Amino acid sequence: MIHKSLVSIGDFTKEEYLHILERAAEFEKRPIQDILKNKIVATLFFEPSTRTRLSFESAISRLGGKVIGFSDSNSSSVSKGETLKDTIKIVSKYCDLIVMRHPLEGAAKYASEVADVPIINAGDGSNQHPTQTLLDLYSIQKTQGNLEDLNIFIVGDLKYGRTVHSLLMAMSQFNATFYFISPPELKMPDEYKLHLEKKGLNYHEYRDFTDIIESADIIYMTRVQKERFSDLIEYEKTKNAYVLQNYMLKNTKPNMRVLHPLPRVNEISVDVDDNEKAYYFTQALNGIFVRQAIICSILGLK
Amino acid sequence: MKDKKQLKVNAIKDGTVIDHIPAKSLFKVISILNLDKIETPITFGTNLESKRLGSKAIIKITDVFFHENEINKIALVAPEAKLNIIKDYEVVEKKLVEVPEVIVGIAKCVNPTCITNNEPVKTKFYVVSKKEVTLKCHYCEKLMDQEHIKII
Repeated sequence: MIHKSLVSIGDFTKEEYLHILERAAEFEKRPIQDILKNKIVATLFFEPSTRTRLSFESAISRLGGKVIGFSDSNSSSVSKGETLKDTIKIVSKYCDLIVMRHPLEGAAKYASEVADVPIINAGDGSNQHPTQTLLDLYSIQKTQGNLEDLNIFIVGDLKYGRTVHSLLMAMSQFNATFYFISPPELKMPDEYKLHLEKKGLNYHEYRDFTDIIESADIIYMTRVQKERFSDLIEYEKTKNAYVLQNYMLKNTKPNMRVLHPLPRVNEISVDVDDNEKAYYFTQALNGIFVRQAIICSILGLK
Repeated sequence: MKDKKQLKVNAIKDGTVIDHIPAKSLFKVISILNLDKIETPITFGTNLESKRLGSKAIIKITDVFFHENEINKIALVAPEAKLNIIKDYEVVEKKLVEVPEVIVGIAKCVNPTCITNNEPVKTKFYVVSKKEVTLKCHYCEKLMDQEHIKII
């Protein structure tokens, strides 16, 4: 882990991830320390993402680190035509670590090959967003007591959802049983189902919410985006079928929690927010501790 | 009786013969192996009848011998290519090309939003399936099957 970049969820071993989750729990007890004093972290957001960026910047600042960077490539040398390689090589000289979000897939991987400092991928196009997956794992572990043998329900856009694919890959290492609820147009792609089959894990697919959610340990909601539908009439017909409402949670297990990578649009009805099982805001807070753990592990700091 | 005139590609004294190249892949093979930079005599024939491939091409390169890594690059476009190493007009070795595990700089990524298609980055692919040639981009992690492989 030390001085290695975190670009894809497959970069670290299962043991390394569990270690990060342990450290995150320690940071949750003491999120304000000066372990990053004298360290500079660059946040290079070539594509805006306020929440992720603020989450990283808060995580770094609370540990006494300094943040430099940009939040939009229009306000950087990229608009002058500078290549990614040059930008990364130069910024490497100004900091100890780079956190990067970029609209093109593979950008973070390439950056990790040309940089002198480690890279944390905060999202590369539709490809990876490993810190989101780690905070999802932390949230699951925290609310369920452990990660093994859980019933994981994933709802919404399973075809294009980057966080959904990554969560599936991560939780498949913990013997999870998956339940997929999505419009037929947005089903979980075959390559992921094949991965589960190869591991001997069960999964079930449904078109809509049924009483089956009563067996859920985790319900992971995602947004069904209009732009993903080739038939807008189909979109209008189905968009409300994947909205979670409070009454639906009546007979769910006491340990069940609702997660969402956010931003939430209408897929979780506001009446769910006051339900004790709504965990999505705490999930976002967990991002701070998990990112603190990742940064300190990569920089080799105790 | 008239002698039937047949197209023959002349034998070479020393060098390498690459046979069973699909006719449509001939120029890609020439490009991948940089045969245009070679200065010794080269002969090739194309659209020749082949029981196996239907229509094949064959290249004979004088005084040039290829390293395995070099020649296996053509496996992407000529998976059944056969090599005959010639010394003193005799075939001293026969080899089949093998699809390598990693392919650098030859194929183009099919994903338009991959970093390799937007910045000067050399492509790199892992061969995830040799039977039905499937490549995985090292950068964007997307899979590409043989049909969609474009040679740079």
